[in-house]
Formats: sequence, C-alpha cells, structure tokens
Amino acid sequence: MSEQLQVKTMAEYMAEGKQPEVLFWVGSAGSYDDRAKKITKAFVKLLNNAGVEFAVLGAEESNTGDVAKRAGNEFLFQMQAMMNIEVLNAYEIKRIVTCDPHSFNCIKNEYPSLGGVYDVVHHTQYIKQLIDAGRLSVKGDTYKGKRITFHDPCYLGRANSEFHAPRSVLRNTNANLVEMKKNKRFALCCGAGGAQMFKEPEKGDKDVNILRTEQALETTPDIIATGCPYCNTMMTDGIKAKEKEDTVTVLDVAEVLANSL
Amino acid sequence: MNYLPNIIFALILIAGIGYFARNIKKLIRNIKLGREVDASDNKSQRWKNMARIALGQSKMVVRPIAGFLHIIVYVGFIIINIEVLEIIIDGLFGTHRIGLKVLPESVYGFLIGSFEILAVLVLIAVVVFWLRRNIINIKRFKSLKGWPKNDGNIILYFEVVLMCLFLVMNATDTSFQNMGAGNVISQFISPWFSDNPDTLHLIERSAWWLHIVGILVFLNYLYFSKHLHILLAFPNTYYGKLTPKGQFNNLEAVTNEVKLMMDPNADPFAAPAEDDNAEEPAKFGASDVMDLNRIQLLNAYTCTECGRCTSECPANQTGKKLSPRKIMMDTRDRLVEVGKNIDANGGEFKDDGKQLLGDYITNEELWACTTCNACVEACPVSIDPLSIIMEMRRYLVMEESAAPMELNNMMTNIENNGAPWPYNQQDRLNWVNE
Ligand code: SF4
Ligand code: SF4
Repeated sequence: MSEQLQVKTMAEYMAEGKQPEVLFWVGSAGSYDDRAKKITKAFVKLLNNAGVEFAVLGAEESNTGDVAKRAGNEFLFQMQAMMNIEVLNAYEIKRIVTCDPHSFNCIKNEYPSLGGVYDVVHHTQYIKQLIDAGRLSVKGDTYKGKRITFHDPCYLGRANSEFHAPRSVLRNTNANLVEMKKNKRFALCCGAGGAQMFKEPEKGDKDVNILRTEQALETTPDIIATGCPYCNTMMTDGIKAKEKEDTVTVLDVAEVLANSL
Repeated sequence: MNYLPNIIFALILIAGIGYFARNIKKLIRNIKLGREVDASDNKSQRWKNMARIALGQSKMVVRPIAGFLHIIVYVGFIIINIEVLEIIIDGLFGTHRIGLKVLPESVYGFLIGSFEILAVLVLIAVVVFWLRRNIINIKRFKSLKGWPKNDGNIILYFEVVLMCLFLVMNATDTSFQNMGAGNVISQFISPWFSDNPDTLHLIERSAWWLHIVGILVFLNYLYFSKHLHILLAFPNTYYGKLTPKGQFNNLEAVTNEVKLMMDPNADPFAAPAEDDNAEEPAKFGASDVMDLNRIQLLNAYTCTECGRCTSECPANQTGKKLSPRKIMMDTRDRLVEVGKNIDANGGEFKDDGKQLLGDYITNEELWACTTCNACVEACPVSIDPLSIIMEMRRYLVMEESAAPMELNNMMTNIENNGAPWPYNQQDRLNWVNE
C-alpha cells in the first residue's frame, strides 16, 4: 500500500477540540502482527477513501483483556478493561469500530457492566454501513467471477449472530460467493479462540485449522475470506500445510474491498 | 362390592408417586448446593424460549431424521399420558373406561383411535432409534459405553412394552371392540387372541395393570436416567442463556478487588468494609460442583447425553480429549456422588478427598477448548457446557496458577506491555509508517 494513510490519534482530535465520527480500535494483533497490520492498513484505506473522520488511541490503547479472560484470568481482564474504559470515557468515546471480532465481542458485551458503554461495530458491519450510505463505492472488477468462501469467525458469527454483513460486503465485488458445508451458526472454529492462539494444541490426531482448511478447500475457492486476524493466521497456516498457497489466498473482507476500489 | 382392587391400586399409585416425589426433593436439594444465580430478568423472553425450544422442539429439527422421530415419540408420550388419566380414575373408583361416560362415543373413539395410531408410530420410531444406537455407525452413540449406553436402550425397551400393553389392552377389551369406534389398530390385533371371554378378560386386566405399573416404574426410572430431560428440559430452557453467546460473565468479587487496587484514594491497609457480612471467602472459579451455579447444576441433570455438542466440538473432532458431553455427564455424576455422601452422613457433606476437577475432568480437557460456542449452539435443551469449562479454567488460573506455560508468558506480556507479545506499548502506532 503505497499511498499515504491518513491516521489521527484521539489526542490530536482533542488538541483540535474536535470529536471523530468513530474510534478505530486497532487491537493488539492489528498493531503488532505483520499479517494483521496489512488488514489494519486495508481498513484505513477504506476509511480514508470514504472520508471518515476516525481516530485511533495509538500508544494509549492497551490489550482489551479478552484473551486473558478466555484463559481464565479474570483479574487481568478486568484490570485491562478498567484501564481502557478510563481512557475511552475520558475521551467521551461513543462509537467504536474494530477489525478484531474478539475485541468487538469483549468491548461490546463485557465492558458495559464495568462502566464502558459504547456503540461497538465490527469492521464488516461498518463497511456495509459505508456502502449503504453511498460513502464507499466498489468500482473495480478485481474479483469478478472469483470463487470466494467466507469463514465465519466464532466471535462475530455464533457469538454475536452477525452472518449477514460480511457476506453482503463481499457480494459488492461481483465475486462468486460459495458456502462451506459448515457455515454461519454451524461454522467450525479455526482453532485460535479461547487463547489457543498462544499455546500448542493438546494431543490429538489433527489440528483444528487443518480441518477447517480442508472444509474450505472442498468449495474449490480462489479466496478464503474472513473477518478476524486470528482466523486469518490459522487459515493461512492451513493453506500452507496443504500446499495450496499458489492457488488459494486468504484475505480479510477489508482487503478484498480495498483491492476493489 | 369388592374394594380390594381399588385399594391395591391406590397403594401402588401412592408408592409410585411418593418415591418419585422423594427423589425430586433430593434433586432439588442437590441443585441448591450450587451458588445462587439471578435469572429473574426477561421473564417473557424466557417463557418464549421454553415454549419454542422445549415444547416446540425447535432445536431438534436441525438434524431432520432424528428430530422428526423424536417429535413422534415426544408427542406420543404426552398424548398417551392423557390415557393414563383415565386409567387412574378407573383404578381409583372401579369404573371402566370412564371417558366413555363423559364424552360422546365419537369423540372418545377419535381420541383412542389417535392414541392407537401414535402408539404404532412410536413403535416404529423406537425401532429406528434402536437401530441408530446399536447397529448404524453413528459416532456420538458409538462412543457411549456402560451405563449411559444401556440407559439409552432400556428406555426404548420400556417404550415398546408400554405401547404393546396399551394396544393389547384395547384389543382384548370385548366391549370396546364391539363398540367399533377408536379401535383403528387394535381391531387387527384382536383376532390373535382366543374367543374365550374369560381368557380375554384376564389378558385385558393384566395388560391394564401392567400398563399403569409400567408407567409408574418409568416415572421412577427417570431420576436415574438421562431421560430426566423429559421434565427438566422445561425449566432448563427457561433458565437458558439470553445474552449473546460470546458474552461471559464478569466476576463481581474480582471487580471489587480490581476497583480497590485501581483507586488511588484507597487505603491499602484499611480493613475491607463489607467483610463482616461476607458469608464465605470468595473462591475464584470452580473446582467442584458446589462452586458451580444452580443453573449449571440443573444443566447437568437435564443433559440428554445425545452428544450433539461433542460431535460439533472442534477439539473433539480433531481427536482431543475434550468432550462437552463428558463435561456435563461428569458434573452430574459428581453431583450425584456428593448427594449420596450427604444422605449417608446425616445431611452433611463429609470431605471424600475427591472433586470434579482432577478426579473427573482433567486439565488437558479444559485447555483444549477454543471457547467457540459450537456446543452451546448444538444443544437441543439450552445447556451451556462452555460456562463450566470457563469456571474451571478460572479456578486453575486464579487459585492454582496452573495455566500452561505459554499462556503464562502471554499474560505476563499483557501485564507488562499491554499486548500478548513482548512488544513495547509505545510502538502501537508504528504500522502507520511501515
Ligand atoms: S466451546 Fe469448547 S467445548 Fe464447546 S464446542 Fe467449542 S471447543 Fe468444544
Ligand atoms: S449438553 Fe446438550 S447437546 Fe450435549 S449431550 Fe447434553 S443434551 Fe446433548
């Protein structure tokens, strides 16, 4: 991505005495993980293109605590949550968008009872809103006729019942959406959730991401699209293990869109 | 008049219902061993869920074959119980087919006729169920062994016997056959029996008595069986989770401590104010059934052991030890064990050196969970195995510091750098210029 990205921090908005439309919660993966950073940039490209006035917290953002909570460390989770809530409330944040379904679920559902009440949307929902409002238009034919299968991230799909937005966004590219046998409510996990991302799997006869990749490959896709940085890593690893990286690409919905402007 | 049959009937009925009531009291006592939990919210949504999921069996049709057959057996079960009402009245008052006295012949005939058809449908469904459990290679049934496997079959044999008794009872009831209304099925069975009126009467009476005794035995068998779900599916779906599946509860005890820690004005040496009325020192998470909440214990008793959860579980599908069905069965087994312990020790639980964590459920199972909620989605009676897994993880991490090493590293990183990796928080925005 060569063109200069326009990114302002909340502190800068504050200094100008302005409020952004929305706060972009980048999340730990989106800030540090090499693959996830590309998703972050693709989403920013979309925001810039649509002329959205958004802010990031930058160094004031800290881990949501989500993964600590799923690991069982409620203390660490609540410490992180309260620190973040203090920052968010001090900036009087109302609306938050994030590319990470885990942050999305955590801030949307688990922060309110700790004092952090915001309107939280996942980036696929936000992109859909931008398209519906006519602020973002898909002109390119990059993916016309390509077979795209969407892998539902557990914490967007089953956990929060959002199945429609990512598919609706993908349809704008004129790609050929194909569904895996196990989709939406019954989608198989990629294997990263519940803090599995950060540890070796228990003994078994297969890795979960391999099984999910096999299910995806059954649809003979050109692209496996997803909406979560962790799913992305897992599916990319799966494709490598299956030696399909020459024919199948794993992309985030935001990347598919950013490539279609 | 000879009142002996009426008296015997009343005694059997009282014994059957009495023993059942006693066991239900025990079940409620055992559930109350769990922590209290507030589920007084959203009453109308809860009733709706109960109507839809328990009464309407909405989750069963996800798997069409099993779902359809199950609905037949379920409807058969409910409707044929109306017939039991007649049997009870007849038995207590020495009447014969009291329904005929209060209902027009056509209505009564229609009712019994539909019962007979249902009885046959139930018989067919039960045969298919038996084949699925024992002959056809279905993994979620094949993996059951010992008591759970027998339990599943026993109930099927029960159904067969009860349905046959019902049909035989009708077939050998001469006056009912002569009436010619409602004997849609039994008219074909009736020729199999002798013409001797005395023999017929004897068979009819035997079938009648065995039928009601069989139903009482069935009722009392429930308490020991996975078939408790026939009753408990109703409260269980009422108390099922209403919040988004991804939302895990925030532990209040932790919130209080974290607030104290973060409050710059808090005096760290001051005695905690509310400690005087605190009932017991808070234990974080769960290591035994008493640490779980009452809904989780109700879940354990309600589990039908169908294995839908396990067959959708990503960990289980890839050969890991974790099985959400086993989590629920272990919880129930341990709860029953604790209950027996209490009975044996005059109402007090005596430490038996065992607990749910470790003696039933291993750390390896708990750490294999991806918290994906597939099990919760799959369960036809709104059970949440994931919440139990989470409570036990909380215990492992917060009480025992027993997380896998990699997870401890990850958590140390979050504490120090605000990210699960060892990167500097100041570098969070570096991606912009990379
Ligand atoms: S939440 Fe855990 S136990 Fe349930 S299906 Fe997913 S991995 Fe299996
Ligand atoms: S928890 Fe639910 S899905 Fe799993 S075995 Fe029990 S009843 Fe079946």
